[in-house]
This record gives sequence, structure tokens and C-alpha cells, in this order.
Amino acid sequence: MRTYILRRVLLVVPIMLGVSFFTFLTFRIVPGDIAQLRCGIACTPETVTALRHDMGLDRPWYEQYGDWLGGVVRGDFGRSLGEGRLPVTAELIDHNRLAVTGQLLVMTILFALLLGIPPGVISAIRPGTALDFSLRLVSVVWLSVPSFYLGILLIVFGVAWFGWAPPQFGTGYVSFFDDPWVNLQQFTFPSLILAVGSSAGIMRLVRSSLLEVMRDDYIRTAWAKGLRERTVVWRHALKNALIPATTVIGLQVGALLSGTVVVESIFALNGVGVYILVAIVSRDFLVVQSLTLLFAAVYVFSNLAVDVAYAWLDPRIRYA
Amino acid sequence: MAREAAVPLELEEIRPPSMPVLRRVLLLSRQHPLGVFGLVVVLGLFFCGIFADVVAPYDPQAIDQDAILEAPSPSHPFGTDRLGRDVLSRTIFGARISLMIGVVSVGFGIVIGTFLGVVSGYSGKLVDTIIQRFVDMILAFPPVVLLLAIITVIGDDDSAFRKFLSNNTPLPEGSFLGVPVFLDIFVISVGIGIAIAVGSARIIRGAVLSIKENVYIDAARTLGASDARIMAHHIFPNVAALVVILASITLPIAILAEAAISFLGVGVPAPTPSWGGDLTGRNYQAALEGHWWPAFFPGAALSLVVLGFNMLGDAFRDISDPRLRGGPGLGPSSGPGGSRGSRGL
Repeated sequence: MRTYILRRVLLVVPIMLGVSFFTFLTFRIVPGDIAQLRCGIACTPETVTALRHDMGLDRPWYEQYGDWLGGVVRGDFGRSLGEGRLPVTAELIDHNRLAVTGQLLVMTILFALLLGIPPGVISAIRPGTALDFSLRLVSVVWLSVPSFYLGILLIVFGVAWFGWAPPQFGTGYVSFFDDPWVNLQQFTFPSLILAVGSSAGIMRLVRSSLLEVMRDDYIRTAWAKGLRERTVVWRHALKNALIPATTVIGLQVGALLSGTVVVESIFALNGVGVYILVAIVSRDFLVVQSLTLLFAAVYVFSNLAVDVAYAWLDPRIRYA
Repeated sequence: MAREAAVPLELEEIRPPSMPVLRRVLLLSRQHPLGVFGLVVVLGLFFCGIFADVVAPYDPQAIDQDAILEAPSPSHPFGTDRLGRDVLSRTIFGARISLMIGVVSVGFGIVIGTFLGVVSGYSGKLVDTIIQRFVDMILAFPPVVLLLAIITVIGDDDSAFRKFLSNNTPLPEGSFLGVPVFLDIFVISVGIGIAIAVGSARIIRGAVLSIKENVYIDAARTLGASDARIMAHHIFPNVAALVVILASITLPIAILAEAAISFLGVGVPAPTPSWGGDLTGRNYQAALEGHWWPAFFPGAALSLVVLGFNMLGDAFRDISDPRLRGGPGLGPSSGPGGSRGSRGL
């Protein structure tokens, strides 16, 4: 097991290198580079050249990439090419962007599990009933409504009908440890909106795998022993039914990272998602390249965590 | 010889031999009312998309100074927006844009993805490793970020790709089929197509890996068939069904992707009606001031279409899974495949 994890971790390195190099290369071939964009139309070719020199964009590509990579190894993501040339690391940590997106993701996953597993179980132990049918109908609807539309509906109709707007970030980010109440107010709605789709997916998955497990022999044995339904379902069946769900949660991390870009821009959260959106649009490729590296790391490591969790949950699985 | 050995479609196996087609369809539609609903919605999307200029009561871009932000009424069933444009017509033309982007990107993505998947799975060794590591790398990007990056890069006014397109293809720079900025739409479709290609290449490769172990592949090779011939005539026909399924699953994903990036301001440019783009900017501002209709209806149409695709997909899966036949309503189980849903974004 240990060698397996080690090998997987080592495999991460070429993927990350590839991701960052791919991003670097892609943004290098854009002709409309950031110097031109920042300068505007009223700019002479000389000023653009000077600006490019300032940013170090006139150096050979391998020097630029190598410098950046060297910095990353030392934990320094370099400086943004945008106005003010802020260091990426400072943006991420001092400006709480990492904390914002991290909390959003964690709360989203919690909500997704909380809203997904119980209805899935209820639906599976009463298959074919009206309750099952309506739960499944609701889950298909939740699965289909895009999060950005849901967020807008929440804000617009909250204002129109109740004169209420979900607390936004007008006051800036408040850490959970400073003021948990305000912090939760800020994060509850964005993470709920983002969680809705995932929870519907989890619900459907839990339902179908629990249905399958309930047909197993060991469940019949559990019934035959005279165990209560609660014990049979929650203690014996659900444990095995949840194994496939862990995979899906892991796979959804990629989708959730995408979701943060959208949800952060609706709720005016200043997280990593908005940061990368702005960076892409303004061709700030140093920031883009650093953030995609970060995203890829999260994605790859969550997949690794899923595989490890799999072996832990199901001892029959062995990784050589 | 090898062709006869091809695995027949499951759908053919489960068809009871004696029942007339019409009765069978009626029976199935009674068992899967939600599937019928999905089918109606999807057909409606195609109808509105294809016949947008006939169905829409107004020109979606016509500005009417006398009808600014009118609430829904008989003359404007969905109301009008801040420039007095008819929201119903914009929603209908939005269907055309969504459909265009969906069909082009899925077509492009699935063709490339199938090619990569078949070559990668069949060749194995170095080719497979190179293609799969590339796929790994692309899949490590969050989908929206990948799309934003691709479209920003290839959609740039000075990008080589765009210049190549406008110089070397008959694609019109201006409007096409009543859709303005057609070139932008084509560029967006290519961007979404790349993302689809990568995802489907992985799935198709998996199928090819098991198909190539069949004896008829060995037989073809023994008879002297070239690799290209084996891939085209023996492997591809066996993944064709999977390719069709992938195309139908990715179509709503492509539509959602277009809406998401247009919503973020990188997709279809402003005056052109787009379900995602119409949710933002002035329409969103108007909605905050109580004029909810210009933003509400395009989003509702988008959600309805995705819902339709999902319900249709659920019904199809229940019908094609023999264990589940004869169940009530939605069918007794929504299999694990449904959990991914059309929600890649």
C-alpha cells in the first residue's frame, strides 16, 4: 500500500509539469498579450515594448518558464502581470482567497452529503412508493438546474419577494474563528447552491447502490436474525452502499472547482475562482499558470485520496 | 466474417418478436411518462432551434423604444428587456444558438475523441501512453477553467486559429442562418469540442481495449488486414453504439457549457441572444430592480432543456436495462450512470 501511494504521488509530478507547461504554452501563443491589453489603444509600439521588457516578456520562453518553476519549487508563485504586479502567493494567502474557496468547497461537500444521503436511503428502502417517486423527481430537477441560474433566482426573488438578499461580501471576508455567525451567513447560500447538483447526483447513486446491496444474502441474514430495519439499513447495508459514493465525490471535485468560478462570481466572493477568471480574461498567464497548477494538484490528490479510501473501506481491494 | 461476429445492440435483443411497433411505443410511453416529457422537450428544442425565424414573433435584436421592460402580456408573452427587445423571441433564438453550439461541438468533439480513443486503445504501447498522459493532463483542469482558457486563446481577435478560419474557410464573418457573429460561435464550439474529445477519448479507449481481445481481430490480422483497416472496419463498428450514446449524453453538457461561459462573459458576444449571456449584465440588473422576466425565461429554458435530456436519458437507460423492465414510473432504478448527470459544469 505504501509503495502504491508513493508511486502515485511520484506520478503526480509529470502531470503537474505538463499542466503548467501546457498553460504556459497556450497563453504564449496568444498574440494579444497582457502588455498590449494593459496599454490600451492609445499606446505606441515603443511603450508596449518597454512594458514587455518590464514584465520580462521579451526573454526567451525557457528562461521565463524556468524562473517561474524554480519559484514554485520554493513556494513562490511569482508576481501577477496585472496592475500593481501583486505576488500570487500574497493574493492567495494574505487576501484570504485560498481560505474563501477552501471553505466554500468543504461546506459544499458537507451539504452535498447531508442533502444527498438521507433522501437516497429513504428512496431505496421504499422503492416504488409515491415518496420514492417524488424524491427522484426532485433529484432530476436539482440535477438539471445550473447553479448560476439557481443563484440568480435566489438573489433576485429573495430581493423581490422578501426584501432579503443573501449576505454578500460587501464587508469582506470574515474568518470562521473570528466570528462564526457572520462567516456562516456569508458561506451558507453559495455552498448550498453549489451543493444542490452534487447532492442530487449522490442521492441517485446511493439509491441505486443501496437497492442492489439490499438484495444481498447477508442482508437477508440480518433480517432473519430479527434485526430492526434501522439497524439493517444504516449499519449493515449503507456501509457497503456508500463505497461507490466516495468515488463520485472524488470525481466531483473537478466539477466543484468549476462551480466555484461560477458561484464566486455570482455571490461576489473573492476566492480563487474569480481570481482565475479575471486572470484568464486579462491574459495574466503567470497567475493562470500558477492557479491551474493549484487546481490540478487539488484534483489529482483528491483522486488519490479516493483510491486510498476505497482500499480502506473495502478490504478486498488491494493495490500492488 | 468478422462483421457477423459483431455484438448486436442490446435494444434489438429485448424486442419481443410479435408486438406491433405502435403498441410497443404506446406501452413504453405509458410506463415512462417522464421519458415522454423529456422527449417532447428535446424535440421542442430542435423545433425551436431549426424554425426559430418562423416561430419567434419578433426579431430578437429589434430595439423598441416604446416597449422598454414591459411585463409579460399577450403581445409580449415573456415581456421585453431593457432595450425593448422581445424576451420570447430572444429565448427562441437562444435555442438556435444553443443547438448550433451543441451540435457542432459534439460533432467535432466526438469525431476527434473517437479517433483518439480507437487509435490509443488499439495501438497500445507508446502511442497509448502519450495520448493517455495528454488526456490525464487535460482532465486535471477544472472543465470551466479549461474552456475559458481555450476560448480566450483561440477566440482572440488576432489568434492564428481565428485568422486561419476567416481566411481559409467559407465560414461567413457576419451572420449565418440569422445568427450574427457566426465565427465566434464556431470558435466556442471548437473549444467545447476539445473538452468533449478528451473525455470521450478515455471512455472509447476503455471499450476498444476489450474489443481488441476478440478472436475476430486476430483472424483479421492473420488474413493480412492492415492496422488502419482493422481499426476502421472491425473496431469502430463495435464502438459505434457507444459513440452514439456519448454524443447524446454530451449534447446537454455542451449546451450547459456554452451557457456557463456566456454567463461568465467569455462566450457568445452581447447582442446575440444566448441563454447564459442573457442571465447577466443588464438583465440581471433589471431583475434586481424587480423586472425579473428578461433573465428568468432564458434560464428557465436552459434548465428545462437539460431536464428534458436527463429524463429522456433515464427512461432510455431503464428501457435498455432488461433487469428493470416493467417497473413503474421512472423505472425502479436510476443507475449509477445517472449520478454524473448532465452536470459536468
